[in-house]
Amino acid sequence: MPKDITLTIDGQTVTAPAGTLVVDAAKRIGINIPVFCYHPKLEPVGMCRMCLVEIGRPVIDRTTNNPVFEADGKPKIQFGPKLETACTTPISEGMVVVGLSDKVKAARKDVLEFLLTSHPLDCPICDKGGECPLQNQTLEYGSADSRFLLDEKMRLSKHVPLGDLIFLDRERCIQCARCVRFQTEIVDDPVIGFYNRGRKLEIITDSQPGFDSIFSGNTTDICPVGALTTADFRFGARPWEMNNAASLCTHCPVGCNTTINVRREAKTGGNVSIKRIMPRQNETVNEIWMCDKGRFAYHFADSPDRLKNPLIRKGSELFQTTWTEALSAASEKIKQAGSGLVTLASGRLTNEDIYNLRKLTETQGGTFIGYSRMAGGEIVNRFGMLPGSNLGDLGKDSVIVVVSSDLHEEAPIWWLRVREAVKRGAVLISISIRPTRLDKIAAKTLRVEPGREALAVDAILTGDMADIVKQAKHLLVFYGSDGLGRKATGQLAAACARLLETSGHARRINSGLIPVWERGNTQGLWDMGAHPADQIVERIASARVLLVAGADPANDDPMMERALEKTEFLIVQDLFATATARKADIVFPVLAFTEREGTYTSGERRVQRFYPAVPAPEGLKADYEIAAEMGAELGLALESSAASLVFQQLAAEIPQYSGLTYPLLAKTSDQWPIVGRPDVYFGGTSYANRQGLGIHLPLLPLEDFEIPSGDLDMSLHPDAHELAVYPVTRLLDRGITVTTSPLLASRLAQADLFIHPATARKMFLNADMQVMLPVDGAAYPVRIVLDETVPEGAALIPRSAGVPIHEPQVAQVAPPVGDHASRVRS
Amino acid sequence: MSAYILYRHRDIPNLNQLDVYQKNGGFEAIKKAIKTMSPAAVLNEVKDSGLRGRGGAGFPTGMKWSFLPGNLWPHYVVANADESEPGTFKDREILESNPFQFLEGLMLAAYAVQANDAYIYLRGEFWQIARRLDTCIEELYAEGLLGDKLFGTKYSLRLHTHLGAGAYICGEETALLESIEGHLGQPRLRPPFPATFGLFGKPTVINNVETLTNLPPIIEKGAAWFKTLGTEKSPGVKIFSLSGCVNKPGNYELPLGTTFRELIFTHGGGIPDGRTIKAIMSAGASSVIVPADDRALDTPMDYESTQANLNAPLGSASVIILDDSVNMAWLVNKTVHFFRHESCGKCTPCREGTYWMSHLTRRIAAGEAAPDDIDLLNIVARQMQGKCLCALGEFSTMAVTSGIEKFRADFEKLVNH
Ligand SMILES: Cc1cc2nc3c(=O)[nH]c(=O)nc-3n(C[C@H](O)[C@H](O)[C@H](O)COP(=O)(O)O)c2cc1C
Ligand code: SF4
Ligand code: SF4
Ligand code: SF4
Ligand code: FES
Repeated sequence: MPKDITLTIDGQTVTAPAGTLVVDAAKRIGINIPVFCYHPKLEPVGMCRMCLVEIGRPVIDRTTNNPVFEADGKPKIQFGPKLETACTTPISEGMVVVGLSDKVKAARKDVLEFLLTSHPLDCPICDKGGECPLQNQTLEYGSADSRFLLDEKMRLSKHVPLGDLIFLDRERCIQCARCVRFQTEIVDDPVIGFYNRGRKLEIITDSQPGFDSIFSGNTTDICPVGALTTADFRFGARPWEMNNAASLCTHCPVGCNTTINVRREAKTGGNVSIKRIMPRQNETVNEIWMCDKGRFAYHFADSPDRLKNPLIRKGSELFQTTWTEALSAASEKIKQAGSGLVTLASGRLTNEDIYNLRKLTETQGGTFIGYSRMAGGEIVNRFGMLPGSNLGDLGKDSVIVVVSSDLHEEAPIWWLRVREAVKRGAVLISISIRPTRLDKIAAKTLRVEPGREALAVDAILTGDMADIVKQAKHLLVFYGSDGLGRKATGQLAAACARLLETSGHARRINSGLIPVWERGNTQGLWDMGAHPADQIVERIASARVLLVAGADPANDDPMMERALEKTEFLIVQDLFATATARKADIVFPVLAFTEREGTYTSGERRVQRFYPAVPAPEGLKADYEIAAEMGAELGLALESSAASLVFQQLAAEIPQYSGLTYPLLAKTSDQWPIVGRPDVYFGGTSYANRQGLGIHLPLLPLEDFEIPSGDLDMSLHPDAHELAVYPVTRLLDRGITVTTSPLLASRLAQADLFIHPATARKMFLNADMQVMLPVDGAAYPVRIVLDETVPEGAALIPRSAGVPIHEPQVAQVAPPVGDHASRVRS
Repeated sequence: MSAYILYRHRDIPNLNQLDVYQKNGGFEAIKKAIKTMSPAAVLNEVKDSGLRGRGGAGFPTGMKWSFLPGNLWPHYVVANADESEPGTFKDREILESNPFQFLEGLMLAAYAVQANDAYIYLRGEFWQIARRLDTCIEELYAEGLLGDKLFGTKYSLRLHTHLGAGAYICGEETALLESIEGHLGQPRLRPPFPATFGLFGKPTVINNVETLTNLPPIIEKGAAWFKTLGTEKSPGVKIFSLSGCVNKPGNYELPLGTTFRELIFTHGGGIPDGRTIKAIMSAGASSVIVPADDRALDTPMDYESTQANLNAPLGSASVIILDDSVNMAWLVNKTVHFFRHESCGKCTPCREGTYWMSHLTRRIAAGEAAPDDIDLLNIVARQMQGKCLCALGEFSTMAVTSGIEKFRADFEKLVNH
């Protein structure tokens, strides 16, 4: 711990750890020293000169090394001839900071006057107007008049696309370099920078495509003026016209806390519409950041293709029907089916939805299945992160292992936070079949043969990193499903748990297992008791009633698609008329998460609450409500009136959730840095967390639990003319929640098959060649992409990009025309 | 033998050839240092000589070297050959005509701080000089005067040239380091200072070309000899770049402490066409404008006296003479234009202030300004002062505030027509 230092700021005594900057020490006691370039998440640069203050230091007698005292016994303080920047000056013992003197006030006025000389003053049409630090500080410290001639202002272009997501207004830019520093320091995508010099200094991008970074949206938040705007929101609304609701990102297991800004729109017939999604501060989850997928892929809720009415099958077609009819028909079938009911629920649903669906299923004696391509949840529940742990606390004495996950693509904010931990001194071990962005920051990269990942984890404690791992205070292990099928992820989770146990880190603070689930609430799925099952195809085929909620098996897998033909009666709850819904006998239209409330549990096992952002559209119901209402027809007393009441029931039943309530989940505490407070803020737009930081779940007890064992070698052995095809995950896949956001269209993953050039030569394949890839009896057109990072003999294919492939398999690719028989072996 | 210490080429033809340089005692100092002196002894000799930096700030050279921590390696030495100050053209003559003495000086500095790599940073316009230096350096490797295990000792040294892209700010030492590292030429925040966090984050000494060229004679002849030249606190000789309204502009190597009068009238041949001297700028475009009265003319040109008598730093000693045909508002427009063009843009007061001032001075010089604009110009300059991140911003205001203070009538003349 750095030692504490006491100083005086504007007459108030403050004690803070050595190394604290004057500006931060002041803000901690509510004294606002205005800043533009300084941001507590970035290295100080002292560029804008807004934070100038008077700083005095005690006079030390050089001969005796003792402080010199005034006649009145107070220590003699010497002030420097110049003002100093509070954002670059660390505090020192006995320092006296004056931020209220005329000299300081004049300096603020001067710097503001300089900043405004060439500023366009288009506040009336500026996106930042109303939440703009330049505007606010000018009101507070600036002058009402301009002495600078309007005609001499620098005129610059105002609609410069830096990429397809971010626009720059060169006139509004105050050259604070926050955006450049964010891209360089925080996310290691130095794709924007300054060009030219002096008044001509301008932000440019030098990447192809422009501003090529999956975190680009964050720069629009921390930009202290309206210079950077998103293509999505620019000129969309004034900040004061919008209401906001606390929400969560549902795209990945990080569970970024968000704020949804909404406004009534003429465009949508006077309905309340979502205008933008912003990060909401949660220093233990996403800090103040989010990725571009979370920020921009929300338009699915507004899609005109949403289901609006329940549907019922009459003959070969689906017809609109009433809720009453649909509910009674569905429950009638469920009743008849008895134990022939099979329910598939996915991690897209909330905890409340899953709980009610499980209750409905179990009371009928049916089978409740978690629809997930990953296993290991029961291990995570015992070897996960202990409550109180925070990735932000990992540093010098920590080891982080990431195995089979490209965190940058699959859980971007975890990648960012792992990188921060490494910057603080954590040792990263990266284990994967192909290079990922983790390798660059890893102390050790283990490139393994596909299928041998779990063996590599098992070997850590006998390898050259063994001592470092054993001696580390904290050991955090991420495991994912890159190139792995469900069974293999289970083996991997087990190997990771054994590593934690053997190295002595299991169930210790800031240590544990974090699953990189494929959905935002897959953890909740496990917690609510929905586990993935074997023989899912057979179960689908033999179900008397199959209830599918938040999943689209017909689209995911041709074998499941064929099995669905055999299902006696199919009930689907979904937002859209998915391939599965089109096969259904009854379809219930559901509310999007933006239209209702509920909870999700993140991969770190933090239960978090989200709130309705827009009013629920007429005629739609939440998944939990539908389950409860079907239950009611069957005489079950399931909660349907409020998510909070469902939560009460599940908390009473599920041990980890015991004692939790909605009000508890809504609790917050002070966070650093201070954001969102207009009086002491660091500038930029950011939302403080006033609606809940969520609660980190306790671990389940270990007794009666044995880490599953089994064969760790999952490698495939293709013949000479075959390829072992491994599914990998890309950030922007073609899932419905992403494709409905047109802004992201150009970045979506394609149906490409990545192979090593040597493999290509052996198999007579060329770059860009179109071939057919057989998967489970059907064949799909894919394009060959040559990539030297792919292991030889293997082929990688992005998941959910047009080819329904979940498990690694051996396949023989064939040209699209011709008479080659394709065959499959798994 | 030559009476010159730095400009020996003026007496010795072809001194820029290695054999000629060697025949005239070249590389004796570095041999002496490496073979017979410890690095600390070299450092102490330089410290004792009282040599002060010739790049502008006049900081004692030996003391600067002594700030390098002994527990952080490697160390680097960088020669500042950016020479971009308007009115300064002294280093160029050394580099062109006496390059080996400069290189030997750089080697001495490197040896003193035990740097194995030293860089020469040249302004982009010096590309021909850089090529020439590269050839010189090649020759030194070939002669065994550079490279591994010099003169049978364990000491190795490599020299590298690096060209800038034509920015005055890259003469500022931290912007220079950024530029060598391949970044945008903008000054760094200090602390940490280059002595602890310099090139590639390592302890670094940055010295001006002229400073370094003083080192071979100091090591050869000793600190005591050096102190016999110049004044007590500013020992040695200095090259004065004389320009402007003077009959014989050029570089003059004279002892520190020579008066302005002697430089201008004895060496520079006085003011042309019988006009009278009006003002002096002692440190190029960065200096204050000093009325050329007797007090000014009789001021000795050393670091203390110019500061004390004229409230003007000697800087790099680029003395610009202005005669009575020059309107100071015109002059100020020129200097401000320069600084606006050269401001790196990193900090607000300089980026915006130089831009604003340049509009005001342009209007004043063009006779388009309102009377209030003179005060406004003065206010803008004072508003910048004390707030800039590096000295360039402060420099840009020097001629403005002193010009308005001392020569207000020149400005008034242009606004009240
Ligand atoms: C804006 C600016 C420009 C400078 N340009 C030069 C230059 O061209 N050459 C130089 O030697 N020093 C220049 N300096 C001074 C250097 O920063 C540094 O003090 C000097 O190189 C140190 O060398 P010395 O100790 O040998 O004088 C400049 C300083 C500033 C602030
Ligand atoms: S675009 Fe915004 S964040 Fe970037 S330098 Fe300009 S004002 Fe700062
Ligand atoms: S990191 Fe994950 S949770 Fe966060 S915004 Fe991105 S997709 Fe959403
Ligand atoms: S004073 Fe001028 S040159 Fe120096 S950092 Fe500021 S803008 Fe750049
Ligand atoms: S210089 Fe301190 S906030 Fe910009």
